Amino acid sequence: MTITATMTVNGEERSGVCEERTLLVTFLRETLRLTGTHVGCDTSQCGACVVLIDGDSVKSCTVLALQADGRDIQTIEGVADGDELHPIQQAFHENHGLQCGYCTPGMIMSALDLLKHNADPTEREIREHLEGNLCRCTGYHNIVKSIRAAAGKMAGAGA
Amino acid sequence: MRYEAPDTLEAAVGLLSAADGAARVLAGGTDLLVQLRSGPVEPDLVVDIKRVPGMDAIVEEAGGFRVGAAVPGAALGEHAGLRAAWPGVVEATELIGSTQIQGRATMVGNLCNASPAADSVPAMIAAGATARIEGPGGRRDVPVEEVATGPGRTSLAEGELVASVFLPARPARSGDAYLRLIPRTEMDIAVVGAGVSLTLGENGAVSAARVALGAVAPTALLDRACADAIVGAALDAAALEKLAAAASAACRPIDDKRGTVAYRTRVAGVLARRAAAIAWARAGGRA
Ligand SMILES: Cc1cc2nc3c(=O)[nH]c(=O)nc-3n(C[C@H](O)[C@H](O)[C@H](O)COP(=O)(O)OP(=O)(O)OC[C@H]3O[C@@H](n4cnc5c(N)ncnc54)[C@H](O)[C@@H]3O)c2cc1C
Ligand code: FES
Ligand code: FES
Repeated sequence: MTITATMTVNGEERSGVCEERTLLVTFLRETLRLTGTHVGCDTSQCGACVVLIDGDSVKSCTVLALQADGRDIQTIEGVADGDELHPIQQAFHENHGLQCGYCTPGMIMSALDLLKHNADPTEREIREHLEGNLCRCTGYHNIVKSIRAAAGKMAGAGA
Repeated sequence: MRYEAPDTLEAAVGLLSAADGAARVLAGGTDLLVQLRSGPVEPDLVVDIKRVPGMDAIVEEAGGFRVGAAVPGAALGEHAGLRAAWPGVVEATELIGSTQIQGRATMVGNLCNASPAADSVPAMIAAGATARIEGPGGRRDVPVEEVATGPGRTSLAEGELVASVFLPARPARSGDAYLRLIPRTEMDIAVVGAGVSLTLGENGAVSAARVALGAVAPTALLDRACADAIVGAALDAAALEKLAAAASAACRPIDDKRGTVAYRTRVAGVLARRAAAIAWARAGGRA
C-alpha cells in the first residue's frame, strides 16, 4: 500500500509517497532524490547509508521510511554550510580520506556522531567507532587521520 | 505489507492475533528488515512495538532487572546497575554489531530471531533469565532456553510476543561472562559462543553454576554436565579442564564455512574454560 511519509530532512520539512515496506534509504534516494546517501550492501553491514536520526547515527537501510515519520533526519547533503565544507569534510579532502568516495558519506555521518560524543577520540576509539563502516579503497589509515585532524580543528574552533 | 505501530500492548497483541497472513513483530529491525529486503520473509503485517509504553525501559524488580523488548543494546550498556549485576549479559549484547546497530538492536530481537549463533542468548540462558510472553491467552514467563526451538523457529504461539526479559537478583559472590570466537574482531557471526554464570560459597568454592553454549547446536544449549564439572570446588586448573571436556562433549555442531565440527567442538571447550575463569574472577574467586 502507498503511504505518505513526512519528516524534517536537513532542516526542511519533506514529504513523499512510498510503500509501507520502503526503507528510509530508498525513500531518501528515490523519493526525495537525495542520492548522497549510498547503498553498498543488502545486509546492513557496509555503513554507506548512515544518516543521523534525531542526532544519532543509524544505518538508513535498517529503518523503514515510516519509522522516520515525524523525526529529524540529517544526510550528507545537510553537512556543509552552503559552499563551505564542514571541518570533517574539509579534513577528508585535505588528508586523502577518500579514494572512490563510495563509503565517504557514511564515514562522515558516523564521524559526526562520534565527535559529538567524544571531541578528542584516540585512533583506537575512531577505529572502533567505524566498525560498521566498510571502505574498499583507503585501508582506513587516511580516514582515521582525517577524523583526528577534524577533531583537532573543531576543538581549536571551539565548535 | 501493512505497517502498524500500536501504542498499547493489548493493541499489539490484538493486531498480531487478528492477522490473516504472516505477521511479524518489529523491534530494532536489524534482522527483520534485512530479511525483508533479501526475500526470505514476506510478512503481510509488521507490528512495530517501540511505541508501546514501557517497552523501552529497564526496571528494577525483586532485586533483578526487567529489560523491555525495545531496549537497544546501547541503552543496556549505559545502565550502571545492570552492568554491575550482569556484566556478561551486557558484554554479550554489546557485541551485536557496530554503533549504528547497537542503537537499535534489542536482546529480545536477538532471542526471537532464533539464530543458533545469537550472542546475547547463551549469556541470558547462563543468567537464568526468563522471557515474559504476552498473547491472546494472557501472560506467561518461560526460561529463555525454551524460546528458540530451532534455527529461525520459536515456541511462541500465534499472536504472542515477548514483552520483556527478566534478569534475576544476584546473590553475593556471583559473576558472569560471555565469550565468542569470530574470525574478524567485530561484525561477524559467532563460530562458537560460551556464557557462564556462577556463584561462590562462603568457603570460596563454586556453589552454583550455569553454562550455555552458542552456535554448536540448532539452538543455544544449557548444559548440566558443564555446570556439574565446576560446582563443589575452587575453580582450579583441574576443574577448568573438566569443564572444557564437558563443553566439547555437549556440542552437536554443523560443518560450514565458519568452522568444521572438530574445530567448533574444540573451541567450545576453550571458550567455556576462559569464560568461567572471567566469571570466577568477577565473583571474587581466588585460586
Ligand atoms: C551489521 C550487523 C551485525 C550484526 N552482528 C551481530 C552479532 O555480532 N551478534 C548477533 O547475535 N547478532 C548480530 N546481528 C543480528 C541482529 O542485529 C541481532 O540479532 C539483533 O539483536 C536483533 O534485534 P532487533 O531488535 O533488531 O530484532 P528485529 O530485527 O526487530 O527482530 C528479529 C526477529 O525477532 C522477532 N521479534 C523481535 N522482537 C520480538 C518480540 N518482542 N516478540 C516476538 N518476536 C520478536 C522479529 O519478528 C524478527 O523475526 C547483526 C546484524 C547486523 C545488521
Ligand atoms: S547499505 Fe546500509 S549498511 Fe550497507
Ligand atoms: S573510498 Fe572507496 S570505498 Fe572508501
